Amino acid sequence: MDFEPTDDQTLLRNSVQRLLSREYGFQRRQELLAQSFGHSAQVWQQLAGQGVLGAGLPEEHGGFGGPVESMIVMEEMGRSLVLEPFLSTVVTCGGLIGELGSPQQRAEWLPRIVAGECRWALAHHEPGARYNLDYVKTTARRQASGYVLNGVKTVIQDGAVADRVIVSAQDDTSPGLSLFVLDCSAPGLHWSRYRTQDGRNAADLRFENLTVGAEGLLGAPGTGLASIELAVDCSIAALCAEAVGVMEAANAATLEHLKTRRQFGQPIGRFQVLQHRMADMFVMATQARSMSFLATGQCRESVRTERRRALSAAKAFIGKASRFVGQQAVQLHGGMGMTAELPISHYFKRLTLINATWGDIDHHVGAVGKLMLAG
Amino acid sequence: MNLEFSAQEQRFRAEVREFLKRNLPAPLSAKVLGLKRLTREDLIGWQRILHSVGWSGPSWPKEFGGTGWTAIEQHIFDEECSIAGAPPIISFGVRMVAPVIMAFGNRAQQDYFLPRILSGEHWWCQGYSEPGSGSDLASLTTRAERRGDVYLVNGQKTWNTLGHFADWIFCLVRTDGAAKPQSGISFLLIDMKSPGITVRPIPLLDGGHEINDIWFDNVSVPVTQLIGEENKGWTYAKYLLTHERVNIAQVGQSRRELNRLKQLAATTADGARRLIDDVRFRDRLAAVEIDLMALELTVLRVLSAEGRRRDPGPESSVLKIRGSEIQQALAELCMEAIGPYALPWIPEALEAGWQGQPEGADLWGALTGRYFNQRKTTIFSGSNEIQRNIIAHRILEL
Repeated sequence: MDFEPTDDQTLLRNSVQRLLSREYGFQRRQELLAQSFGHSAQVWQQLAGQGVLGAGLPEEHGGFGGPVESMIVMEEMGRSLVLEPFLSTVVTCGGLIGELGSPQQRAEWLPRIVAGECRWALAHHEPGARYNLDYVKTTARRQASGYVLNGVKTVIQDGAVADRVIVSAQDDTSPGLSLFVLDCSAPGLHWSRYRTQDGRNAADLRFENLTVGAEGLLGAPGTGLASIELAVDCSIAALCAEAVGVMEAANAATLEHLKTRRQFGQPIGRFQVLQHRMADMFVMATQARSMSFLATGQCRESVRTERRRALSAAKAFIGKASRFVGQQAVQLHGGMGMTAELPISHYFKRLTLINATWGDIDHHVGAVGKLMLAG
Repeated sequence: MNLEFSAQEQRFRAEVREFLKRNLPAPLSAKVLGLKRLTREDLIGWQRILHSVGWSGPSWPKEFGGTGWTAIEQHIFDEECSIAGAPPIISFGVRMVAPVIMAFGNRAQQDYFLPRILSGEHWWCQGYSEPGSGSDLASLTTRAERRGDVYLVNGQKTWNTLGHFADWIFCLVRTDGAAKPQSGISFLLIDMKSPGITVRPIPLLDGGHEINDIWFDNVSVPVTQLIGEENKGWTYAKYLLTHERVNIAQVGQSRRELNRLKQLAATTADGARRLIDDVRFRDRLAAVEIDLMALELTVLRVLSAEGRRRDPGPESSVLKIRGSEIQQALAELCMEAIGPYALPWIPEALEAGWQGQPEGADLWGALTGRYFNQRKTTIFSGSNEIQRNIIAHRILEL
């Protein structure tokens, strides 16, 4: 084991940090928040210009590195609360295309992702599924040339700004999930686009008797569930890294507040009750980083049960840590923690929503427990 | 970055497992896994077995006769030993006083003491706390007065662990009563056979004899047994405490107890279903397992940073806090797992070779006793509140 970044990894972190501190300060982010869906074509192009959108994607299509590089990018995005659809586009969908795509599909889509020419989202969740990845009612009926799709997908993250979407459906001919790539602007797709609580975006999607050509099929028919599960685990690892970035930023802001805010004639950080709270926040964030490392190290582990145990453990722990750090950061800021004008409430909101994405604390604790039964 | 164990680390783990399979005596591991009381001979015997293959100083550099293992290898060794049911290494010598002797002792002290720690010839114990000096250790009042070539030591130490087994004690003593509390302390090595030393057991809530009061009445200690410089003892003491804390995460022991808990939950039933099928209990079990995974990764991070910097930093306070909380959570769940069998108190059952026939459960009384006993972990070695002070002051600079 070696927790020291390589020179290249340090360079990557520094270059993302430089870009974001220059282009993505809190005031700039406040302006972007005021626009629709938070996404900025300019920022997206700048990320592409620095090669960031290739993190973790195959080198032959312009990408570089692997899960560690994704982790580094996500930590920095978390620290700056970046609203861009990096996770959906590069990690979740880029990962699925890399794993399942035909040579033509990979060559067509991956370089365009790296170049910042398109944004992707995964349309998997349906009403009634909660966090169960196995619950899909959308159907794909095979016909002479292609498929007919029927169904509803909800809370598609980054769905409001996506150009393309990967849809999962029950295949009537090859039992199991099949995955399809759809152009978001194609006729027959009924979109409902909205903001999310943290200033990002999501969408619901409904389609009736939508015809899809065979070329839209991603991977072998009926085998999509295992790939979705893997893509979600990689996304969980990335979310864990993002949460670590947010928590460290929240802790830094809170520490600064404790040192500068004066009451009763002294900095409030002199009070032991607040010192111990801050120490506990530090303890949580320290371990959250450890669990992010675990998630990153195991998200492509070939033994499924080991991968699942590690990723659920990491997500559960980071959910707990995020909740504690987020709530206490607001508490220690007092009234200032409640305003939208300081970063602290924005950290809190993002941490809260990360917990609700791809499985919350109870879901993942339960998953670790069930794996225990399997031995 | 390499976030998985390397091939070499996995080979090392296999080597340790093989060694344990061949060299850990079955009666001894049965005692450890059965939570029987360990004798002095049990602990020294294991130290001798390790010494015979050159493994009795797992955290030591080669120049002093240690293994020279990397921090990660040491962790793997500890973990495998604990899971297999090996007794703990006698930490007072190997892990506590030895690093101080290596860093601050003179050549003669190193040559005399270190080999005897490795071989198990010397059992060490610690003389830090006093009746009036617990968390406020620097207020200690045991005096050492220079009289020619000796110090005369007078005072009382308390919460001394296993001093009734010990050959030597390392003590913090006051050599300058006029200086600031931290500046007047020295670090003395004292032979437990010295005239004037009295050891009295302190009965504990679990019925065990683990700790003692020790009185020093005009005990004569040669000045050659002073470590480093007079009045610099506080520096050495702090150095020792941070070393102690890395070990205090006790990941290996907690893995062992987690295995025990899973086993208990899978074999205990309420007539209708196994405990592990009760989702309320299983999720609590899973939550501790998750906490332990987070602790282990954090230990590995601190250890590998230590490998570069040499000294464990204040981050070790994180390990102390979480390690102790997890130990307590596991002890609590193990006790809850046996339900009403938490009640019986049969002290003989804790001795190896007890022939009683328990009805319906093993580990009579041991798990409740362990629960009581483990409350010590958040108190000793700098209470968890003191650890939070250390984090607040030294890391967060509040």
